[in-house]
Amino acid sequence: MPSSVPLSEQLRWQCRRGMLELDFVLERYLDNHYDAADEAEKLLFKELLTAQDPELQIWILNGESHPRAEFQALINKIRGI
Amino acid sequence: MALNKRRFDALIIGAGGAGLNAATQLANTDARVAVVSKVFPTRSHTVAAQGGVNAALANVLPDNWHWHMFDTVKGSDYLGDQDAIEFMCREAIPTVYELEHNGVPFSRLDNGKIYQRAFGGQSQDFGGAQAARTCAAADRTGHAILHTLYQQNVRARTHFFDEYFAIDLIKDDEGAILGALIMEIETGEPLLIEAKATVLATGGCGQVYRTTSNAHINTGDGNAMALRAGIPMMDMEFYQFHPTGIAGRGMLITEGVRGEGGYLVNKDGERFMERYAPNAKDLASRDVVSRAIVTEVKEGRGCGPDGDHVLLKVDHLGEEIVSKRLPGIRESGKIFAGVDAAQEPLPVFPTAHYIMGGIPTDPYGRVIVPEGTGEEIVPGLYAAGECACVSVHGANRLGGNSLLDILVFGRAAGLDVLENLKENKNHRPMNETSVEAAMSRLTRWDQTGDGISVRELRDEFRKTMEDHAGVFRTEEIMAEGVEKLKALRDKLPDVRLSDQSKVFNTARVEALELENLFDTGIAIAYSALMRKESRGAHSRPDYPDRNDAEWMKHSLYFREGDRMDYKPVRTKPLTVETFPPKERVY
Repeated sequence: MPSSVPLSEQLRWQCRRGMLELDFVLERYLDNHYDAADEAEKLLFKELLTAQDPELQIWILNGESHPRAEFQALINKIRGI
Repeated sequence: MALNKRRFDALIIGAGGAGLNAATQLANTDARVAVVSKVFPTRSHTVAAQGGVNAALANVLPDNWHWHMFDTVKGSDYLGDQDAIEFMCREAIPTVYELEHNGVPFSRLDNGKIYQRAFGGQSQDFGGAQAARTCAAADRTGHAILHTLYQQNVRARTHFFDEYFAIDLIKDDEGAILGALIMEIETGEPLLIEAKATVLATGGCGQVYRTTSNAHINTGDGNAMALRAGIPMMDMEFYQFHPTGIAGRGMLITEGVRGEGGYLVNKDGERFMERYAPNAKDLASRDVVSRAIVTEVKEGRGCGPDGDHVLLKVDHLGEEIVSKRLPGIRESGKIFAGVDAAQEPLPVFPTAHYIMGGIPTDPYGRVIVPEGTGEEIVPGLYAAGECACVSVHGANRLGGNSLLDILVFGRAAGLDVLENLKENKNHRPMNETSVEAAMSRLTRWDQTGDGISVRELRDEFRKTMEDHAGVFRTEEIMAEGVEKLKALRDKLPDVRLSDQSKVFNTARVEALELENLFDTGIAIAYSALMRKESRGAHSRPDYPDRNDAEWMKHSLYFREGDRMDYKPVRTKPLTVETFPPKERVY
């Protein structure tokens, strides 16, 4: 696995956010789905974590579409509905 | 290996609204400023504040800082210090204008002035008609403020230590604070930061409770560091709960749901609020609804396999109304509880939201401790924001006053640090004994062998806090709770980390946070047990009335010996007449 794909523990602290709602959904994905995800999805998750909290709120909690379509399947998985 | 050291004029621990507004005051001066934050600054909990900031700008309706002051004193149930409240309500106006000039995109009226919305508890003319006092940047005020202040500091080259965890304050034999030991989270490496002034701005501590609306970062780190440095916590018994959080999770379900016709039921399907508040029913005040829910659970009428929550019904409104009027709640139910609120009821329980108490300070952010019959300033130490208690919220906080508190007193602390630096040109000599003590707090987690896990002890602690120092507070329940908490605290030395690696070891940070939760939570439990009256958010069925003769005073909890002390409320404002205590009726 290339070094740019982080282990789940390397991303755990990045899942600590300013809102409880985001803490919950991001950690739930990390614990339940991340390790089994393919390399492309892992890199998307790593990139998603660099977004600002209000952006994550809009995409994950409010269910609005991400401007880049390749993120949508990951976001749907994080939403867990 | 030698301990790495850095020197700054000022050290600010915490990068939410209070910490960043303190840093902003220092940003364009010669002072060398370090800001330490355990998460990236714009991920601080201030980002979750969507409501707004109170300031009597009078842009929408007539207003006056003195009316704002009256509302705040009344809201505090007369436990707030009236000098600090006058200071805050006056300073609210220049503070909001300063934020505007720094670039916060406040929502505007057609005439270009800052838009202001009406919130509960705001009045004109000392208890008259509704006022409109809250300034907001759409529904993301907290984020807008954080982002603006962060950019200002980046531009001014404030030195940010992002993703560093503060271990402990360093102090000398005279009690002066010399800086802090911190740890880089990614590498586990400690770093000593020496500073002439240290500002604690670490936010709230909601994670002491099992059910809380606070983010996972809110673990009372600054409060615990202060306690370990011998500084008492003030008025910690005053904790604001919101009646409807998602059960076992804590996310807020707005009161608006009940306003739209939602109602609460117990396991028998009974609308139990009719028994507790025959007129207001589900729209009764927060503390009444919270206590009713906990009573139902305690008396065996809770829902679910463990009988530990009640249900909030909106499904009777029909799918169309739920989708149209409560879309956010429907989404929240699905995401956090796996429940479609349009089809079935939501599991709810009171959620811990905001602490009024904290590190005692004066209106300039300087930490103050009892000395003889009076008080003295702790040299080199400041605190601001939710971790501090100045005290402007007293026994209960008004909506829109929490962002105001962090901004006004973060600013005041920053400005006082500037004055302090003019007088104190040199660093005090380092105290190696104190550094070693802080280092031992870190190296303690290198111990190996079998033991209790952090998660196991944390879960037990948070459940005990919820059951015994939460909404329902009688002598019997709280006395039992204090004993249970002490017994759990005795288990702390037996906790071991299974992962001893230094790199990306989040478990090590969680262990350090657990110690902070214990110190802060026990301060809450003790203070609550000792206050034998009901005032503001502290409500006791066995002492149902406010007792001004005996209890119009601030609590002080000391960690050493779990000791309590008390000090008088400052009832004399700076320039105006005192608002004498009255019965609080809305």
